[in-house]
Amino acid sequence: MEEEVRLMKGNEAIAHAAIRYGADGYFGYPITPQSEILETLEAEMPWETTGMVVLQAESEVAAINMVYGGAACGKAVFTSSSSPGISLKQEGISYIAAGELPALIINVMRGGPGLGTIHPSQSDYFQATKGGGHGDYHLIVLAPSTVQEMADFVGLGFDLAFKYRTPAMILADGIVGQMMEKVVLPPARPRRTPEQIAEQCPWAVTGRPATRRPNVITTLELDSAMMEKHNERYQQTYRLIEQNEVRYDEYMTSDAEYLIVAFGSIARICQKSIEDARSRGIKVGLIRPITLWPFPTEAIRQLSRRVKGVMVVELNAGQMIEDVRIAVEGRVPVCHFGRMGGIVPNPQEVLDSFIADFPDSRH
Amino acid sequence: MKEEIIIAGFGGQGVLSMGKILAYAGLMDDLEVTWMPSYGPEQRGGTANVTVILSDSPISSPVLDSYDTAVLLNQQSIDKFESKVKPGGTLIYDPYGVHTPPTRTDISIVPVQAMEASFEMASAKTYNMLLLGALLKIRGLVPVESVMKGLKKTLPERHHHLLPQNEAAILRGMELARTE
Repeated sequence: MEEEVRLMKGNEAIAHAAIRYGADGYFGYPITPQSEILETLEAEMPWETTGMVVLQAESEVAAINMVYGGAACGKAVFTSSSSPGISLKQEGISYIAAGELPALIINVMRGGPGLGTIHPSQSDYFQATKGGGHGDYHLIVLAPSTVQEMADFVGLGFDLAFKYRTPAMILADGIVGQMMEKVVLPPARPRRTPEQIAEQCPWAVTGRPATRRPNVITTLELDSAMMEKHNERYQQTYRLIEQNEVRYDEYMTSDAEYLIVAFGSIARICQKSIEDARSRGIKVGLIRPITLWPFPTEAIRQLSRRVKGVMVVELNAGQMIEDVRIAVEGRVPVCHFGRMGGIVPNPQEVLDSFIADFPDSRH
Repeated sequence: MKEEIIIAGFGGQGVLSMGKILAYAGLMDDLEVTWMPSYGPEQRGGTANVTVILSDSPISSPVLDSYDTAVLLNQQSIDKFESKVKPGGTLIYDPYGVHTPPTRTDISIVPVQAMEASFEMASAKTYNMLLLGALLKIRGLVPVESVMKGLKKTLPERHHHLLPQNEAAILRGMELARTE
């Protein structure tokens, strides 16, 4: 399959991108607003073409443990769900992190807590960026704002997961999952052969030849001193990721007197608010973290030295704002605008809230 | 060029697919497009709406508070979206079953008798294409050829025998808009 321009939903783009990446397996369980990922994979029937496995598991817990198994074998495997389903997967995600296994997890967030609504939300920011399951671990968290990024972050997520042997998450929301846009799908590449996996993943459980010691993937370690050593190794990896993999986007920040920080599709709503603000002479810019972990702390710190105030816009009660406050270090006021439970603000609401918080921004 | 459009009506009237065909036509015409549905239980018979943006430059927010053009297919949608049309904008609606028609004087209001026309064409399924035709006539946006290409892309091949019927409905819709 060559590169191709299509019109599709973000969820569909994820499915197509995974097949074209040469993913080995998908294990999932349907839940709105991300069911099109499984549906598209079933419709495309990649098992007939690339040999990729697509399996609707009996539950979210089963699906994440299938991912754990596949990843232990060095396979490029992934799962997807929406907020309540991701909560169910947390035990398995902690095991995958502890096993130092590459895997891709997709959360198309909906309003919570509890079973919540089926409408867009960003209220799983804490869960995604601070670990989520038990133990000291992190996921690499990518936040797409366009259908194109939904497609692109599949390959990026897998590549980062394999590079650092750690699970990566695409933290999307119901807007970017459900909306259709133009997307350029990458050319297809073949799945890795068993020989390539054995060479690139010498740790993988692939069947022991007589020439090497057995590979064992386990997360149980009864010797605390050994467990601390494992933790130190995880932390070294996280420091490396923090050094190398921070990604963000800036919009109209060069002359900005105020800064909006927003991620995912909400960043695009803010972009429109900024267009309107600029037309009224208000100099505001946007920084959009693309990696939520590692967080672009330094970039926000630098910008906070040049502006008079910062507003964080999220579809939650105020989660990323904690990381922004750490970056701003109290230099300027940091305020928050959020909607909850599946309600999406329009650009005017964001701008009204900004002006209410920073009345001096109108010269 | 940038056109921000809301299409709203009952679930089952073809609101989402009309938006999808329009978005596809934009894609065929090399425009940037977004198609943002209200999704959920309303797809099963309540009110459904979709925001379509066509633009020759990158699109920021897929969520809007005002629109250049509204295509409103029932009373509830008129009640909800009449006030959201930008001054100077266009409101297209089907008077069928509407007891309180739109009244604003700072926008262009175009009634299109699409339901009656679909009865004449003896196919309720052409309803959304009649309105799409009216929209294309009034707003331009994309050529009919691009729409037909878009239709061909959206319809599964087993339904391609319906393409001529859809094209006839689009052309009839263009006539309806002209005679109003």
